[in-house]
Amino acid sequence: MSIIKAEDLIFEYKKLDDAGEVESVHRAVDNVNLEVNKGEFIAILGHNGSGKSTLAKHINAILLPSEGSMWVCGKDTKEEDDTWFIRQNAGMVFQNPDNQIIGTVVEEDVGFGPENIGVPTEDIWTRVENALKSVGMIKYRHHSPNKLSGGQKQRVAIAGVVAMKPQCIILDEPTAMLDPNGRQEVIKTVLELNKKEGVTVILITHYMEEVISADRVFVMESGQVVMTGTPREIFARVDELKSYRMDVPQVTMLAHELKEAGVPISGTILSVEELVEEICQLKSKV
Amino acid sequence: MSIKVEGLNYIYSQGTAYEIKALDNINLSIEDGEFIGIIGHTGSGKSTLIQHLNGLIKATSGAIYYNGKNIYDEDFKMKDLRSKVGLVFQYPEYQLFEVDVFSDVCFGPKNLGLSKEEIEARANKALQAVGLKEKYYKYSPFELSGGQKRRVAIAGVLAMQPEVLILDEPTAGLDPKGREDILNLIARLHDEKGLTVIVVSHSMDDMAQYAKRLIVMNQGSVQYDGTPKEVFLHYRELEKVGLSAPKVTYIMHELAERGLSVDVTATTIEEAKKSILEGLKK
Repeated sequence: MSIIKAEDLIFEYKKLDDAGEVESVHRAVDNVNLEVNKGEFIAILGHNGSGKSTLAKHINAILLPSEGSMWVCGKDTKEEDDTWFIRQNAGMVFQNPDNQIIGTVVEEDVGFGPENIGVPTEDIWTRVENALKSVGMIKYRHHSPNKLSGGQKQRVAIAGVVAMKPQCIILDEPTAMLDPNGRQEVIKTVLELNKKEGVTVILITHYMEEVISADRVFVMESGQVVMTGTPREIFARVDELKSYRMDVPQVTMLAHELKEAGVPISGTILSVEELVEEICQLKSKV
Repeated sequence: MSIKVEGLNYIYSQGTAYEIKALDNINLSIEDGEFIGIIGHTGSGKSTLIQHLNGLIKATSGAIYYNGKNIYDEDFKMKDLRSKVGLVFQYPEYQLFEVDVFSDVCFGPKNLGLSKEEIEARANKALQAVGLKEKYYKYSPFELSGGQKRRVAIAGVLAMQPEVLILDEPTAGLDPKGREDILNLIARLHDEKGLTVIVVSHSMDDMAQYAKRLIVMNQGSVQYDGTPKEVFLHYRELEKVGLSAPKVTYIMHELAERGLSVDVTATTIEEAKKSILEGLKK
């Protein structure tokens, strides 16, 4: 069953002049059709300005389509009455951890969302506790968010979304401002939410290594979805990816280069182990 | 022309309960025209160190010699140092504030008290050096993309005509192509203008490819200082301090362990490719 569905979705940013007249129109999302199934882990790639974030903001009704429609959990985002239902079920995590935390104590911050939708106090505490446990931050519950590292802050932000018990989480470059350890922490957390709790995940990222664990990858260019497939299918198309200003993981690139040089490597390589295995087998055949 | 750091110590909030030793007896010698990468996990002292190099932070003890002169001497002109050692902060585009791109780049030289012609000539040169097209000069910084804004911010520092360019994570937050563009720009400034370049980075892959020398910071000290090849041989130790080596290093070590004769010091895709091809023939 699809949990997110975009139908001929178009979104245009209008630039107004001083008199309030439309000066120019920029089409950020151009006729996108896609479906995401419940429990899937989706990664969206695309260079800056390709329309990824604009598309993502449609999923929790921050933006509404100029034309076409977006369906989330069976509701049309255009229906104002359903906005709160949609926002609760499609939580968003943004790039900068410092812009998303408002509480002075970690557990207060996580409880902010549920409190706003009128969850009874007892339930709020259970939700906060469970959410903090699921992101591995329970021992920091009484800490001030200011003293946390970037990765820890992002996990608190994710807990804030988890406490709303959403069916899906959209993460817009959640690791862009983190160091390698922080990135690993966040990606591991997201994967666990997806695998253990069955939360549908939409991850927007520029780091190709983070994409490998996704079920499916969408590549965007000029507001359109130009490539769709499993990570293995997508990363097999090295030259096409390069033409969209994207990269492939270093291991995949090396395997690709070796193949170009005549080494008979079969399939697309995504990990160090796969490449080592492949080369050793070739060696033993010689 | 060189920077010499001798016995440098820096303690944050000295004498309070929050006292932290951020730099612990740093000794370094940086020669003219080097391309240095500084790596280290968050909180290892990288940023504190580079802020010492242009005098933004004063050391608790120790000395820094710029071209043989101690920058902590009373008669040393700190203002000169700041224009000779240009520092590009993390997310420098947040610091753009003028009405248009050109005025923003003019801001630094204007403060040096230069003539209008000289200021504009420098701004033009700097913007050309970062490869920004002339049609953007009168744009508001808000109308530019992230990568473009970052290039404008770098141009602002170049307009001061520095001899040393220090960049704190210049590729953070950019997309893959944007990252490559900025790194190529930095490499070009190094090669063509002969600038000494110091880059703080979290990307081992990038550093393996661009830097000629790597300095690894850990808990306020220099843990390793050498060529990328030398440093990445310590990949197991690097992991212990929260760092890693390029993926290529892991592949090569793994292959060597499985009996293939390959060069374990290969750190870039090109080197690895060459070595594996040879290894397969043997």
